[in-house]
Amino acid sequence: MTVRDRWRSFWQGVSRRWDNMPTWGRIALMVAFLVFLYALPNRGFYEYLGIPLGSDYFPFYTTRNDMAAVLFQCAYIILLALGLNIVVGYAGLLDLGFFGFFAVGAYTVATLTSPESKVITEYNWLESPLPWLVVMPIAIALSLLAGVLLGLPVLRLRGDYLAIVTLGFAEMIRIVAQQNEWIFNGDRGIPNIPHPPGSVGGEPFFGFEFKEYYWLVLTVIILMVFLIRNMYHSRVGRAWVAIREDEDAAEIMGVNTYKFKIWAFCMGAGIGGLSGALWASQASFINASTFRLESSILVLSAVLLGGAGNIGGAILGGFLVIYIPEWLRSIGDVFGLPETVSVGGQDYDVSATSLRYFFFGIILIVVMIFRPQGLWPNRQRARELRDREKEAMVGA
Amino acid sequence: MNFSNLINSFPELTITGLTQGAIYALVALGYTLVYGVLRLINFAHSEVYMIGTFVALWTWSAFGFDVNTARPSLPAAIGLIAAAVLVAAVVCGLVAMLVEVTAYRPLRARNAPPLAFLITAIGASFVLSEFVGAFTNRRQLGVPAMLPTAPIFSIGSWSVTPIQLSTIVVALVMLIGLDTFVRKTRFGRGIRAVAQDQNTAALMGVNKNRVILLVFLLGGLMAGVAAVFADMKIGNTRFNVGFLLGLKAFAAAVLGGIGNLRGAALGGVLLGLVENYASGLFGTAFGNFTAFVVLILLLMFRPTGLLGESLGRARA
Repeated sequence: MTVRDRWRSFWQGVSRRWDNMPTWGRIALMVAFLVFLYALPNRGFYEYLGIPLGSDYFPFYTTRNDMAAVLFQCAYIILLALGLNIVVGYAGLLDLGFFGFFAVGAYTVATLTSPESKVITEYNWLESPLPWLVVMPIAIALSLLAGVLLGLPVLRLRGDYLAIVTLGFAEMIRIVAQQNEWIFNGDRGIPNIPHPPGSVGGEPFFGFEFKEYYWLVLTVIILMVFLIRNMYHSRVGRAWVAIREDEDAAEIMGVNTYKFKIWAFCMGAGIGGLSGALWASQASFINASTFRLESSILVLSAVLLGGAGNIGGAILGGFLVIYIPEWLRSIGDVFGLPETVSVGGQDYDVSATSLRYFFFGIILIVVMIFRPQGLWPNRQRARELRDREKEAMVGA
Repeated sequence: MNFSNLINSFPELTITGLTQGAIYALVALGYTLVYGVLRLINFAHSEVYMIGTFVALWTWSAFGFDVNTARPSLPAAIGLIAAAVLVAAVVCGLVAMLVEVTAYRPLRARNAPPLAFLITAIGASFVLSEFVGAFTNRRQLGVPAMLPTAPIFSIGSWSVTPIQLSTIVVALVMLIGLDTFVRKTRFGRGIRAVAQDQNTAALMGVNKNRVILLVFLLGGLMAGVAAVFADMKIGNTRFNVGFLLGLKAFAAAVLGGIGNLRGAALGGVLLGLVENYASGLFGTAFGNFTAFVVLILLLMFRPTGLLGESLGRARA
């Protein structure tokens, strides 16, 4: 038995045991896991487990960056990945500009809630900044609208043409944001975006610490998972899968493919916008250079690395694309690797910090070669792909 | 809106647009060749081009030329450029082949879904750009002066500098050469056969993997040539120059009809012109913006690009 077979049978055993478990057992395990997730950024949690902190190393703790900060970053990328998973994983539409919707959400919150945004100081469209809770739904609505507006013309295109158009869309949003004289204030950006409301014992609950935001986004993710799960098992979800598998066949069977593609697009856009809105209220400052196109690529690689078409896969992928590079930064500290190497009188920075995306790239290639369906694919899809592998031509 | 600026500097914008378009066209050929044969957006192609810009620099510095040295005499400059083109093209071709062997071939052997190729392409482009980034300490490097900057000839207000002239001429020669290669030679017939139907071509005795390797080599060669002239035009390079140029070159390939060699050339030139006219009209920042607006509008009305997709259907 090869390692691969043994690995496969191990996971099949795990999933069989999960299927055979009574419902209360599954719920109990899920709740325990969620409690674990909420406890993750607490320092006390690690001290309780007897894990030394500070300069000492713990294999999963990131030493170069606050663990709560890393977890928060993971969380908003996971939220984005969940949104993109609807578009790419369910409906099979290749969207390379997903970060554009993130930017729409973030800028909506910034322009409407910050007392220093030009909407208030220069244009006087608003008397005073709107409260945070009012702006959140507006941000989601505007991203949904952006999704529909982009979707209406471009969703008649298929496959790779769609990819380039969405990529162009994200780039256009960034260029508009970059204009100094317009409301988005370019690279000077919009400061003083208020944090979410709420206070505990007189102290504001959401300050500059990352922990509370992580909890907030985690809660949103849990709600979204329920929402997306229900949607996937509904008529809409079945229509998406039909479109992904064979668009012409779906059309013949009476699925209004155009309508459902726009649905997928704007649902994904809404979730992306929500993620951007939450991120902006944590960062409290945004400018145009935050929304680089590379981020769209990162979210896409999260979805496909995790396994397109599966909520668990999107979450796993979103976690890994942020966590692996951060964790690689800590690796250098552990093994005491040199920070710089001098070759011919020239110093080269070879620290794990600066090479982390190099290794991340290698990991992406290796994972895709050995698991082209992603790390945690949709079961139905994984079975199809195994058939495909058998069909591969001998010697091809 | 600045119409008087557009009209006054129309000749200048046209010439720079053609030069920029020639570079886009050369890079776009790499995207279009690979797409035509494999139906794959080769995301790592932009990084192949980026490596070309550095290889050209290193070639010149091997001959003792850097940012501070005086401009060489014209014959020496032509020799140096030829050397840089040769070295950069060969290295880019090799890197492109390396990407295909390490990142795409193992996936093809497993008949992986198309999106998996996209991820390894992204991975490969991370690896290449970060490797060069670490190797150059992420600094921006200046390009030594090679050709004189004074216009070589001018008719009325239309004047052409040696860099612009050489870029356009070389790009034209490369385009015609590649087109002839694909249409007239035995290898070209192999490429067209694999583009039409991989498995049938393999059954007819075409060595599929060798043809695909050849396609990557050709794309790399074109990117290397483009890189040398882009170096001279822009005057500096950095480890992340590939991304935006690659994006626009891909847009050019789509504009002309992806998989179609002549389409890629036409798309590149059109994109270069549109971008320059738009930056004359709306200001520099909106060059890219307009380029994408034009792309989206065109795809709405002609979803397969200007000349249609047709590497496989080209007749010889």
